[in-house]
Amino acid sequence: MQKIRTGVFICHCGNNIASVVNVPELVEYSRGLPNVVYAEHNLYTCSPDGLRSIGSKIKEYSLNRVVVASCTPRTHEQLFRTTCEEAGLNRYLFEFVNIREQCSWVHMHTKEEATRKAKDLIKMGVIKASFLNPQEEVEVQVAPSSLIIGGGIAGMSAALNLANQGFEVHLVEREEALGGLLRRLNKLFPTNEDATKLIQPIIERVRNHERIKIHMPAIINDVSGYIGSFDISIEEQKKDKRFQVGTIIVATGAQEFEPNLGEYGYGEMPNVITQLQLEARLRAGIGSAEKVTMINCVGACIPERSYCSVFCCVTAIKNGIILKESNPRANVYVLHRELMAYGVEFEDYYRRAKELGVRFLRYSQDRPPQVVGNGKASIVRVYDELLGEEVELLSDMVVLATPLVPNQGNENISRMLKVPLSEDKFFLEAHVKLRPVEFSTEGIFVCGSARWPADIADCISQAYAASAKAAILMRRGFARVEPITAFVDEAICAGCGSCALVCPFDAIEVQPRDGKRVINITAVKCKGCGCCAAVCQSGAMQQRGFTDQQLVGMIDALVGRGIT
Amino acid sequence: MIIYKPKVIVFCCNWCSYAGADLAGTSRLQMPPYFRIIRVMCSSRVRPEWIIRVLRNGLDGVMVLGCHPGDCHYQTGNYFARRRIALTKKFLEYLGVNPKRLQASWVSASEGGKFAELVTEMTHELEKLGPNRLFTDESGGNGTETTP
Repeated sequence: MQKIRTGVFICHCGNNIASVVNVPELVEYSRGLPNVVYAEHNLYTCSPDGLRSIGSKIKEYSLNRVVVASCTPRTHEQLFRTTCEEAGLNRYLFEFVNIREQCSWVHMHTKEEATRKAKDLIKMGVIKASFLNPQEEVEVQVAPSSLIIGGGIAGMSAALNLANQGFEVHLVEREEALGGLLRRLNKLFPTNEDATKLIQPIIERVRNHERIKIHMPAIINDVSGYIGSFDISIEEQKKDKRFQVGTIIVATGAQEFEPNLGEYGYGEMPNVITQLQLEARLRAGIGSAEKVTMINCVGACIPERSYCSVFCCVTAIKNGIILKESNPRANVYVLHRELMAYGVEFEDYYRRAKELGVRFLRYSQDRPPQVVGNGKASIVRVYDELLGEEVELLSDMVVLATPLVPNQGNENISRMLKVPLSEDKFFLEAHVKLRPVEFSTEGIFVCGSARWPADIADCISQAYAASAKAAILMRRGFARVEPITAFVDEAICAGCGSCALVCPFDAIEVQPRDGKRVINITAVKCKGCGCCAAVCQSGAMQQRGFTDQQLVGMIDALVGRGIT
Repeated sequence: MIIYKPKVIVFCCNWCSYAGADLAGTSRLQMPPYFRIIRVMCSSRVRPEWIIRVLRNGLDGVMVLGCHPGDCHYQTGNYFARRRIALTKKFLEYLGVNPKRLQASWVSASEGGKFAELVTEMTHELEKLGPNRLFTDESGGNGTETTP
């Protein structure tokens, strides 16, 4: 076996590290650590000079392990790995030691202790590095086709975006028509254009596109495979169909929450309706009323459904404007808790509603409005927070603004795709800021109200984002899987299958072979959590880059309390 | 005078708690300097044997920090971690180690403050418990730590 030759590069980060930690002392200390043949310090290891130095020292000292002690792997690991690679060293023979965020910046007033800690951290890194092995990234082909689940505005926008770029699209819609919730709307805020005018041309384009295959009404039965080649099985009009795609976009949308029976008289008084029902009436030209009271946040922003549904306030404003414009003598009240008319357009829109005479009145959650009437609503009684007293509003129509709630099918789809749901059962993206339309499962994306209640503009821009992300993979034609995946030592594996039981991604299978049970790992499905390695009783199951040997080595580097 | 400085190993998952620890640094939150972080991809990677090993090596405490329930990058890893820690605590008790030497908690990438608080609290807790001598010190090796 090749002798291990480790180089340690310690960064001053200007003053960020060096003003607290005694860097020259760390260099001296590093030189005495096992397998270390070279150590130096740099003003900035990540600067061109610092990187050049790593490259030249790898060659000069025949280094086969590199340890950098500086900031955090979250920002700089790829940079240093690439530097190693450029100097001819496998990029996975690099180990990062964090002595800035997790040392110098948090122990500014205890410099000696901080230096002692930095020494420990470097020692742990050097020992882990000794146990590192070169790794190759697994490359998988990505087929130029996509499954889009949901034929609402988000799904259709994503479908068109991909199909126009030349990719095959399978659009699966469970209802009998495309268009989703948008199909049921009357006019759209803030332009008050007809919903039909927006949605109809999009539906036509989707229907007539040669590269979009519409499956409708259809449901997904099963999804297997992984990024690049997902096997999809659907049931379309009672017939089973199968096809393969490279990427998947979840655009299942959401549904309007229906108030509980009797809540504000809903279901008991015929003139108590939801905003979506009002839209239907307005479309049919039967929505006019003289005295309209709208109640916002019905079933939203409450303990059991704590989120804000984003667009209900603006919907109330919109329908207030429409009612006032068609009948200026109508009395329209909007009872709200918070009024979310965010951004430039919506604030203007709100102002316009007030100018037209829509009255806004704030109630508190502790004193919700009461709908009173005999067989049908006639009065809404509400404690006006600003006025500080109860007012009675004569009403011949009460409109309840309710939030969007997740589709019931979400749990099933989440299970099939191995992607998570939030506590509210909406789909949960990989990172709320940095990866808003991706799942952590590669090759699967999300857009629209499946992820969170979104208005139409948001649905469309998220759909473009998700389809652009999918297109990157399909255009390139392959994807790489980071080698932090599981592997098994068959010589000591007993085939118990505990690993397969805990794998959240179905990456592990137990298979019979030559009268033995053996473990089969699909590397591209493995996301590298290491849960399997933690349950393995024999230690046969391991995780690349985080083996028992590497981590126990780090633990054992710290024998003793080192108390003074 | 010997001042006792409890040494703690903190297992952080790559996605949430390690990022939270980084944020504590970026926010310059000052903490006792006796903890050492070991990064794993997921809290579910932590083998209970490692926890025992840390304590057997004479260190004073172990923390396992993962993502909040429902936020795990690997969907359910933190639930596995939670169950394993609960069992390991029982096992520690059986060994005669105060289970307070092992703590598990959730720290998101945006909770630098919580990370700092947890580490500080753990350090103070261990100061109260005193050094972990159970496995290293003959005089303490036969005894049992009092369980509060």
